[in-house]
Amino acid sequence: MVEQMDLTMVNWARAQFAMTAMYHWIFVPLTLGLSFLIAFFESIYVKTGNEDWKKIAKFWMVLFGINFAIGVATGIILEFEFGTNWSNYSWMVGDIFGAPLAVEGIAAFFLEATFFAVMFFGWERVSKKFHLFSTWMVAVGSNLSALWILVANGWMQYPTGMMFNPDTARFEMQDFWAVLFSPVAISKFTHTTSSGFLFASLFVITISSWYLLKGRHRQMARKSILVASVFGLLSSGYVAFTGDEAAYNNAHRQPMKLAAFEGLWEGEKGAGLVAAGIVNPSKKVNDDQKPFLFEIRIPGMLSLMANREPGSFVPGIKDLVYGNKEENIMGANEKIIKGKIAVEQLAIYKKARREGADAEAQAALARFDENKDYLGFGFLNSPEEAVPPVSTVFYAFHIMVILGGFFPVLFLLFLVFALKDTLIHQKWLLFLGVVSVFLGFVAGQCGWVVAEVGRQPWAIQDLLPVTVARSNLTTGTVQTTFFMFLAIFTILLIAEIKIMLKQIQLGPEGK
Amino acid sequence: MTRLHPRWIFRFYVDGFRSMTVGRTLWKIILLKLFVMFFILKLFFFPNYLNTHFETDEQRADHVLDMITQPAESRNP
Repeated sequence: MVEQMDLTMVNWARAQFAMTAMYHWIFVPLTLGLSFLIAFFESIYVKTGNEDWKKIAKFWMVLFGINFAIGVATGIILEFEFGTNWSNYSWMVGDIFGAPLAVEGIAAFFLEATFFAVMFFGWERVSKKFHLFSTWMVAVGSNLSALWILVANGWMQYPTGMMFNPDTARFEMQDFWAVLFSPVAISKFTHTTSSGFLFASLFVITISSWYLLKGRHRQMARKSILVASVFGLLSSGYVAFTGDEAAYNNAHRQPMKLAAFEGLWEGEKGAGLVAAGIVNPSKKVNDDQKPFLFEIRIPGMLSLMANREPGSFVPGIKDLVYGNKEENIMGANEKIIKGKIAVEQLAIYKKARREGADAEAQAALARFDENKDYLGFGFLNSPEEAVPPVSTVFYAFHIMVILGGFFPVLFLLFLVFALKDTLIHQKWLLFLGVVSVFLGFVAGQCGWVVAEVGRQPWAIQDLLPVTVARSNLTTGTVQTTFFMFLAIFTILLIAEIKIMLKQIQLGPEGK
Repeated sequence: MTRLHPRWIFRFYVDGFRSMTVGRTLWKIILLKLFVMFFILKLFFFPNYLNTHFETDEQRADHVLDMITQPAESRNP
């Protein structure tokens, strides 16, 4: 029954999942953020009675509808992939995620079927207030429908509130609230949704800037920019705050990820934050090569970010791989020994249980329980396998942070010039505005690269590596579906861009 | 109360769909996409591995246990 595993298949399955998630993340942040912007536009309309705001709300609602229609159900593909390519993982976490995801799906469907319909069809058929209520419900509902999938992702980064059942090979939920309110889940939800708000604000600024450059729909563009720049500015601050919280969580729950995205090979007290740098691509954990070809460091900042204390110790990749007794850090090498005991005892337990040898099964179970926290390390061949691809994570993190620092400045400039009503004269800023949505897209994708590549080799942190999480499929099967998805998603993206561009060309007067 | 009458709700949706312009194209895309996803991809390319290879949950659990208890050396060729 047990066939030989094949790393190539794993890499194709990883690439397929990454591609699907990245395409999915083109549509999702726009839905999350644009829904709130529309609610703001409509709220101003209901408050002031000014028909211009109604026209603005309706225009952005059409673009929201296009994005929603093209993007809807692209996430379902991820669930297909779980069942087909990642069946071991799927089986093991099914008890934790199955029911809540299904409930969320059904709730989202009814919410959308009701309030989306009122939002799009009900302008002249329901009262102003009920229409506004529906628009807000769409915004709140869309964001809530991202909750459980992000909680699930948070759980994979920091598995809590569960117990492994050695009879069923499943992680079973013990404490629903611990899963829902785990600090990683909260930070994941708030950081991800607020990055969607930021992205949607950039989207509004991009299209409005284009209108201003073309000299079209000036009032609508200016008003849209006013609201989007305020929302974007507030969101940028919140994204930075939740990002800092995410880094703090990484330091305490996924220290390898933090060390990787900072390129910190050797731990130190008062560790500096690398503001910019070029990673030495040939650097390995077991050599003495310089980690950077070039770097600019801010002294003490990494320690402050990781522990809220400037002089504190931050473990490096070497400490986490080989251990550091002085700092009481257990290395992956020691964890692998414990993990192998866990795997071995699980095998003995399984065999004894099948043979009805109860005493032997119980003894094996007791030893398994002593080492189960390191289960995943038992599947690694060497401690160096616990290191994620450092260069990829480092660059993704730094691009995200640099762009995260640039966006509030951009929003502030747009806000100031929009208030002065002199935007039309700031051609350079409008050109910057036109490209800003692409920068937002890059920042968002980089964020996911940090989160997901940074936690490799784990599907579930410390408990299940991706090489064990996958199904026994041939590489060819996954390759075929990889290219099939690439084609489908590209067609969908082209359709989205074409329909959206046509609608943008038509402007608020177009239907 | 008249507004919440089932007939009113039905008309609300029917009139809404009828008055759509860009929405009609979008609905065509949605329906085509759902068809491709559920009737082609899911059925022919994305069967649930454990459901298609095993009949009972016990067999599935045994398979996963077998997979996670095999030695690491034989796992990563």
